[in-house]
Amino acid sequence: MPELLWLIVALPFAGSLVLALAGKHIPRLATAMIGVGSVTISAIIMLFIGVDFLHANPAGTPVHQTLWQWINVSGFSPGIAFHLDSVSLTFVFVITFVGALIHLYSAPFMWKEEGFARFFSYMNLFIGFMLLLVLADNFLLLYLGWEGVGLCSYLLIGFWYKDPANGYAARKAFTVTRVGDTAMVIGLFILFTNYHTLNIQDILQAAPHTWGPGSGIAITTAFLLLGGAIGKSAQVPLQTWLPDAMAAPSPVSALIHAATMVTAGVYLIARTHVLFELAPIVQTTVAIIGAVTLIVAGMSALYQHDIKKVLAYSTISQIGYMFVALGVGAWSAALFHFMIHAFFKSLLFLGAGSVIAVLNNEHNMFKMGGLWKKMPAVFWTFLIGACALSALPLITAGFYSKDEIIWQAYASDKGSIVLWITGLAGAFITALYTFRMVFLTFFGNAKAEPAYRPGVAMTLPLVVLAFLSFAGGFIQLPDNMGHVTLFSQFIHHTLPVTVTATSGHAAEWIAQVIAAVVSIAGLALAYRIYYNKPFPAAEPVRSPIQRFFFQGWDFDQLYDKGIVQPIVFLSRIDKNDIIDRFYTGLASIAGLFNRGLAATQNGKLRWYAMALGIGAVITLTILLYT
Amino acid sequence: MNSLFYIAAIIAIIATIRMVTGTNAVHSLLYLIVSLLAVSVIFFLLGAPFIAALEVIIYAGAIMVLFVFVIMMLNTGSTGVKKEHELLKPSTWIGPGIISAILFGEMLYILMRPASHPMTSPVIQPAAVGALLFSKYILIVELAAFLLAAGVIGAYHLGRKEKLSYHRYLKKEEPTT
Amino acid sequence: MTIPMEYGLWLAAILFCIGLTGVLARRDVIFMLMSVEVMLNAAGLAFIVGGAARGSADGQVMFIFILSMAAAEVSVGLALIIQLYQKFKTVDADSASQLNG
Repeated sequence: MPELLWLIVALPFAGSLVLALAGKHIPRLATAMIGVGSVTISAIIMLFIGVDFLHANPAGTPVHQTLWQWINVSGFSPGIAFHLDSVSLTFVFVITFVGALIHLYSAPFMWKEEGFARFFSYMNLFIGFMLLLVLADNFLLLYLGWEGVGLCSYLLIGFWYKDPANGYAARKAFTVTRVGDTAMVIGLFILFTNYHTLNIQDILQAAPHTWGPGSGIAITTAFLLLGGAIGKSAQVPLQTWLPDAMAAPSPVSALIHAATMVTAGVYLIARTHVLFELAPIVQTTVAIIGAVTLIVAGMSALYQHDIKKVLAYSTISQIGYMFVALGVGAWSAALFHFMIHAFFKSLLFLGAGSVIAVLNNEHNMFKMGGLWKKMPAVFWTFLIGACALSALPLITAGFYSKDEIIWQAYASDKGSIVLWITGLAGAFITALYTFRMVFLTFFGNAKAEPAYRPGVAMTLPLVVLAFLSFAGGFIQLPDNMGHVTLFSQFIHHTLPVTVTATSGHAAEWIAQVIAAVVSIAGLALAYRIYYNKPFPAAEPVRSPIQRFFFQGWDFDQLYDKGIVQPIVFLSRIDKNDIIDRFYTGLASIAGLFNRGLAATQNGKLRWYAMALGIGAVITLTILLYT
Repeated sequence: MNSLFYIAAIIAIIATIRMVTGTNAVHSLLYLIVSLLAVSVIFFLLGAPFIAALEVIIYAGAIMVLFVFVIMMLNTGSTGVKKEHELLKPSTWIGPGIISAILFGEMLYILMRPASHPMTSPVIQPAAVGALLFSKYILIVELAAFLLAAGVIGAYHLGRKEKLSYHRYLKKEEPTT
Repeated sequence: MTIPMEYGLWLAAILFCIGLTGVLARRDVIFMLMSVEVMLNAAGLAFIVGGAARGSADGQVMFIFILSMAAAEVSVGLALIIQLYQKFKTVDADSASQLNG
């Protein structure tokens, strides 16, 4: 069935097109059917292709499909072509499957919205571009998907465009990611000038033979690609757009944070892992960026009041974990955490969306409370998601994925004790803010009454995702606990095996116990501080340090002071167009000539005759004296 | 023979100057005719009797008659003379005079070069001119024919009294001129 | 005839310059047109002188062309003068300066 690969990409695009063109004229039910159906069918086709892929002989043979030639200019001939290997299959699985669940959830969630068809049109487009990104066989098509995802995030974050703040958030997301994209496209230029092709597999095969390890050009290219990755994946220092992206409807947040968009950076690094392995400095940088990000974002999440902002910062933090894994060469661990994270993070976002929706758009956690009795389904699924996020040991998928990253951060040949400690600290913070959120939202005194209860279509995705957040971890268990390696074997068809420097079950046991203890300690601390404690609903007075964390380590203020204000200052200086003076000067000189010449055109015949006569005199004079 | 040339030349120059400086159009025209006749004498002396005849017949005859007709049509008369006096201030001659003087000086300078041919005057018969005209210069003759045809058509078109045409709904209105 | 060619050419130059002065100085278009005729005639004279000095008929051929051109020019020019007079009730060339830039 691999020949149907193109349909996976084409269906969301087709759905988007139909809804964009005919959305106003078809009823809501049909809109929902088209919107949800296109992604669901994509997911089903993906399942069939995935089964075929697993049973291929030999297992893990990449599927390649060329639809048509896109451009052909002097040797540069990228095609509309798809390449499916285990990495892209993982991503396609998450995108279509989680995407379909989010779409299903969106149908009742957005039912009363004015732009219902517009919403599904954007969502389908988003899925379509993301699939294009992960399935592209060349960098140009990947870049098309990359920019398309950026466009869709802009459209969806600014979905409620009537509020200027949402439009601002959308523009911010678009602009900040553009910084990274520019770096990435320069990196692609370098790749093209060196290899005369943008075909990903060709470049990856040729790179180790042409570029020496640690050579300058490899480092430059890897750095530029990393720039693109941190822009899209909201890593320090380009993470500021993601908390503002919460202006979007909750399902969009789920989609952006779990299945699409922010994981594009992870995909890019995993896909071009050869280039990063050729540049060890850059790979170390990836790990450092991840480590810094997971702490920075985690600290910020601790001080948020908005339930969605907690989740936003936690997303940044969790992607930081993935970057750490990528940085230490634990490729399969990164992708495993990506998948598990997609499950529990979309679950948490959808749960938070339900809570916000039934409480009449209340985002402040301090105004919630006591909801566990009133919304049991949402509560239990949310709890499972929270446990997975906090990586509670043994039972949650998050434990197995995150534990592997933390372990590899220490045990890998590129790992270090510092990364390990950072990971543990992050785990502690994660558990703390997660259960702070749970306790504030679902326990304590009820401060608001739910307006209604979410229906089946909204609960079903939560249940499915909760099951996956719980059971998804068992496909990959550590060596010392069952040693199940389904996922890593699958990934290792494409990506290299992690080189471990430290081995031995004793060390691993100790590390796991420490990680488990840290998570539970975070939970316990949250219980002690936040469980059943009365908190004022009003915004508290924050100390400067609290405000620092609350505002995301003042990155916005830093950029405002460091970049925006100098530019505003310069433009204020240049308000009168100093540089343009030169050009207006040229124009006015031309105008002067014009006026001069116009003055000679006085309409007097004798004047013209005189000019002729003078011309004759001058011509003769020149002829005589030359 | 030589003195004839000088006399004719002096007459031509004087007549031309009188023509240019005159105020009465008809008088100026007569001076111009005198100048053309004097030049035609020179043509005759230079062995070009055919051209001398053409000069008299076409220039001094036909073309000058055209001028006469136009002056008659305009019929400015004594008011025209008065007006000419107003228009012709001495200061208007300065600029043109300087330019002409410089141009003349330069032409003289060019002509001052030594090794001059005397103007021999073997009479060139009209037949020779005609033979040359319709062999070597036939193309230019054709072009000249075009030019004359264009001149005829243009003169006819421009010389018509302009009919003021109005749209049929606007016919009631009188032309404001 | 033993007069050097230069004398004939000088005469042509003198007539040409007088004509030019007339064109530049006079404001009456009829006088301007007459001065142009003088200039054309002077140019023709120069051709005849040249032809006589070389003893060839080409100069005379050129004069015939000049003559036909002058005829065409005068006919169109005079028609224009009539138009001008009808429009502006004057033959002052300076008053017809509507084409000024």
